[in-house]
Amino acid sequence: MMARAAFLVIAGIAVAAALALVLRRNTVHGALFLVVNLGCVAALYLMLGAIFLAAAQIIVYAGAIMVLFVFAIMVLIPGKEETGPDPRRTWRLLAAPLGGALLLELILLVVGRTAAPAPTGAAPSDNVAAIGRLLFTDYLLPFELTSVLLLAAMVGVLLLARSREGSAEPQGAGPEASVRGSAKPQGSEPEASLR
Amino acid sequence: MSVPPAVSMFIAAFILLNAIVGVVTYITLLERKFAARMQSRIGPYYVGWPHGWLQPIADAVKLMIKEDIVPAPADRAVYNLAPLVFLVPCMLVFATIPFAPGLGVADLNIGVLFFLAVSALEIVGLFMGGWGSNNKYALLSAMRAVNQIISYDLPFIFAALVPVLLTGSMQMSAIVGAQHGLAGWFVLYPVIGQLAFVAYLIAALAAENRVPFDILEAESELIAGFRVEYSGMKFALIQLGEYAHMLGTSFLGALLFLGGWLGPGPAWLGPIWFLLKAVFVFLILTWVRWSFVRIRVDQILAISWKLLLPATVVLLLATGFVVAAGGGRGL
Repeated sequence: MMARAAFLVIAGIAVAAALALVLRRNTVHGALFLVVNLGCVAALYLMLGAIFLAAAQIIVYAGAIMVLFVFAIMVLIPGKEETGPDPRRTWRLLAAPLGGALLLELILLVVGRTAAPAPTGAAPSDNVAAIGRLLFTDYLLPFELTSVLLLAAMVGVLLLARSREGSAEPQGAGPEASVRGSAKPQGSEPEASLR
Repeated sequence: MSVPPAVSMFIAAFILLNAIVGVVTYITLLERKFAARMQSRIGPYYVGWPHGWLQPIADAVKLMIKEDIVPAPADRAVYNLAPLVFLVPCMLVFATIPFAPGLGVADLNIGVLFFLAVSALEIVGLFMGGWGSNNKYALLSAMRAVNQIISYDLPFIFAALVPVLLTGSMQMSAIVGAQHGLAGWFVLYPVIGQLAFVAYLIAALAAENRVPFDILEAESELIAGFRVEYSGMKFALIQLGEYAHMLGTSFLGALLFLGGWLGPGPAWLGPIWFLLKAVFVFLILTWVRWSFVRIRVDQILAISWKLLLPATVVLLLATGFVVAAGGGRGL
């Protein structure tokens, strides 16, 4: 009973924060609502007894990604509110059917599920050692794939940052930047395979 | 008489919170006296005899009765919430620290991770303060803070993970339990322990925005950084949070590397040993603060990404090898 009430309160806050995130014009307020939302998701993990997951959620999302997100907002948007019309207005036409498809999928999944999934193992989910063992045995391939994906993203970010730096310099604008840009992806391959 | 667990936990949290506020209040006096000695001064002297021991109380009362000013162009909701959002994580950090066997609010089996996760939330409050004030210096400070804290979070976590790896557990009481005997302290662990402790101290200085890394409140350029617009009680809350975080980091350092409550004498001396060790770590940090000059933003970032981060990754790998060679105790 208590758990159900707590769940409803937390879920309500999460949904309200998510709505506010989308609907607020002020981007910084939106980002702060995202923190609230991610915190609520961490609280839901806690209610499921997954303490490790909750802490990881906070440390990764509410901490690090939040910081980067806020940083991007502050660097990209000069004023408090967006100015001028959205240059990619036509893209919204594509967004509606895609979003609708995703929503339909979610609804189908929720409706199609009959009962809560039975716990697969005897190990408690907050046990760090058990999670570690699972990650390096049963789920090794997804784990490694994710790390390669993250590494590729990191290399990509470096590449983007470098080419912009190159074009900002007046003398080394054109060919040099593109040479640097084309040289980098080849270098990323062995790095990725090293893992 | 038996007390339901929820109530006893609440009482424990209440006592702990008040104790922490008390210690934090007096640690400011300690720092001022320490700094004064380093500069051949006396420090606060006139409020209370001997040696101005009532000074922190006087400061607190002064801050409480000061006028509360909200700047007209400020983002009111964000501005007013920021001190709270800043303070709560700084205080929550103490929730998982055991001060003696069984003497703590919650000895979670992921205690260290909880500490790291909660203290990572502090930046949100800091950013809210800097943004909400609508002041260019505060905003610059918030930008610098975000920059610095993402840079030093990783070395801090990696350094803190070295004792975790050596113990094979994230539970704080287990980490202390693994350090029995004076030679068992992780700071005395050959090579790895000392390097990890030094890395921890450097990253802690940066995470707490103390002097060699205090670019976000550099008085000479940014007045007081993100809290420049705050006054009265809100300023006091921010200050309290900052010192509480510092104290929490000192406690964690004492727990991870200096054997926590372990020490000679009867068991009830444990919390006192722990406090003394934490104050020792705090004094190391203060010593550095009053000895060095502020370094530039780019130097701070270069130290983190080019030196401290690779070094701590290598250290963590080396620890992993040592643990694996020793038969992987714990795991």
